[in-house]
Amino acid sequence: MSLFDWFANRRKSGPVNQERQEREIADGLWSKCEKCGVLAYTKDLRANQMVCLECGHHARVYSDERIRQLIDPNTWKPLDEGLTAVDPLKFRDRKSYSDRLREMQEKTKLADAVQTGIGRLEGLPVALGVMDFRFMGGSMGSVVGEKLTRLIERATRERLPVVIVCASGGARMQEGMLSLMQMAKISGALDRHRDARLLYIPVLTHPTTGGVTASFAMLGDIILAEPKATIGFAGRRVVEQTLREKLPDNFQTAEYLLEHGFVDAIVPRTQLKKTLAQLIRLHQPVAAPASPPVHHLEGIRPLSKTTLE
Amino acid sequence: MSTTERKPILLDFEKPLAELEARITQIRELAEENDVDVSDEIRQLESRAMQLRQEIFSSLTPAQRLQVARHPRRPSTLDYIQAITDEWIELHGDRGGSDDPALLGGVARLNGQPVLMLGHQKGRDTKDNVARNFGQASPGGYRKALRLMEHANRFGMPIIAFINTPGAWAGLDAERLGQGEAIAYNLREMFRFEVPIICTVIGEGGSGGALGIGVGDRLLMFEHSVYYVASPEACAAILWRDAAKAPQAAEALKITAEDLRQLGLIDEILPEPVGGAHADPLKATEILREALVRHLSELNQMTGQQRRDLRYQKFRAMGIFSELSA
Ligand SMILES: [Zn+2]
Repeated sequence: MSLFDWFANRRKSGPVNQERQEREIADGLWSKCEKCGVLAYTKDLRANQMVCLECGHHARVYSDERIRQLIDPNTWKPLDEGLTAVDPLKFRDRKSYSDRLREMQEKTKLADAVQTGIGRLEGLPVALGVMDFRFMGGSMGSVVGEKLTRLIERATRERLPVVIVCASGGARMQEGMLSLMQMAKISGALDRHRDARLLYIPVLTHPTTGGVTASFAMLGDIILAEPKATIGFAGRRVVEQTLREKLPDNFQTAEYLLEHGFVDAIVPRTQLKKTLAQLIRLHQPVAAPASPPVHHLEGIRPLSKTTLE
Repeated sequence: MSTTERKPILLDFEKPLAELEARITQIRELAEENDVDVSDEIRQLESRAMQLRQEIFSSLTPAQRLQVARHPRRPSTLDYIQAITDEWIELHGDRGGSDDPALLGGVARLNGQPVLMLGHQKGRDTKDNVARNFGQASPGGYRKALRLMEHANRFGMPIIAFINTPGAWAGLDAERLGQGEAIAYNLREMFRFEVPIICTVIGEGGSGGALGIGVGDRLLMFEHSVYYVASPEACAAILWRDAAKAPQAAEALKITAEDLRQLGLIDEILPEPVGGAHADPLKATEILREALVRHLSELNQMTGQQRRDLRYQKFRAMGIFSELSA
């Protein structure tokens, strides 16, 4: 039996025991694709990096999973895990920001909306930041800004490429202007990294919007995006209000940005690690081509040994 | 700053003041008709009016300040540029197919020194406002700003930026042309320029659209101007799920000059004439000019590299969080 038939059979057996299946979905044993509705064993789905085996839909993956997908086993060194948000404005809407933070930390077991660290990707050392949409919609406050800035600064010192997997609704309103200024802070750090001629690749995943789009998401030397990811500056509804016409079907998708020249490539998640490794290798300095024969250099003062090395 | 007398536009909290002033006028007219001397009474009432104005404007709520910041008569970027410079030539175009009237710029002379001035431009009347998209710049506006700032950097001209926008334009065209990319690019490039950069919020500093020309060596704000990460209306709609809660959002977001000074995000608050900059535009102009010249002379003393380093450190220090030592 081919693998395809095996999957097909397994799907057929689905409706027969619906009650049991629903229980197993609830248990997390099975996952239902939110796009095509097809059921798959969560284990199989995870093995395929949460990309639907039927329709190719990219289900959301969170930071731990993403780090596992991209970083070689046992090479991940997390950075700045002790940074947590405070409530500098004593912000309170229908709930206080302090309470929200505590709930989020309990629910997600994350300190804030980004994980950063150094690890190896197909053996290549990289500085990696992964945003996590579960934590207040991946919103960028002081902690996200500080962790990413420290990551980029460290990468500049250690001459490492930076990869940031973006997933964010934008700035964190509960920190007011402090969060807006993180856009500038991170962009400044990226300027220094760029000045050192080091490679930065943001990976735009669903969704990448607002202040993240208007800063580090769009500042890559090379910008990659996941298929069908929503990427934009203003919210879709806000844009709709300015218009009488209908928005194009693919508006603010990765495909739309590719069409208009704002991303370099759309890379399926299953190809992401390989593609990143390939790009990083292509940007590594190679040994200088063999020197021309010595007699061409006669009369020219030889370069010092150290320069040649 | 026109010479023709225009009917003042009153904000709701100015009503008691307007009533008092109307009464003064009435008494004066009656006294003239009946030929009686009421100068003492008038003097008393006028000093009471002055006191009331001061009271009102010294205790504005954030939501009221937002109204002052958005006042249709508030001096615009162009008003200030024309008033504070010895000469000024506007330059146009992003060299990529557009010239955005919502973000203008040009070369000028300030206190004898050639400078580049740029800023968001709100309209001076309804028709102008429509033409200028209410000061909401498009990607072409941010790219024009970048082009002009690069020009300034090459010719050693300090950059003087005026911030006054409800936010970057959120239309289909803006998304198609890469609004996010245009702003992001400016954020990064503004860290590179060696010339002095002074940014002043003269009215409304609306989120990323404001920050897109807002990375400077000095950040100044007029007393009644505001600067926010999200407009109180949008914030209320999202977090309170009720746009009518905008005054609460204005309070919670900490948008006033004093709040932002306390958070360490701005360098100086420029005092406004009693009643706001629009009540005495010439006075506001003098205050602005004095501050710009003073900061510029400080920044002129440094080398380009020093300015770049200090600018980096300035933004590097922004953010409040807690850190457990490992
Ligand atoms: Zn599917």
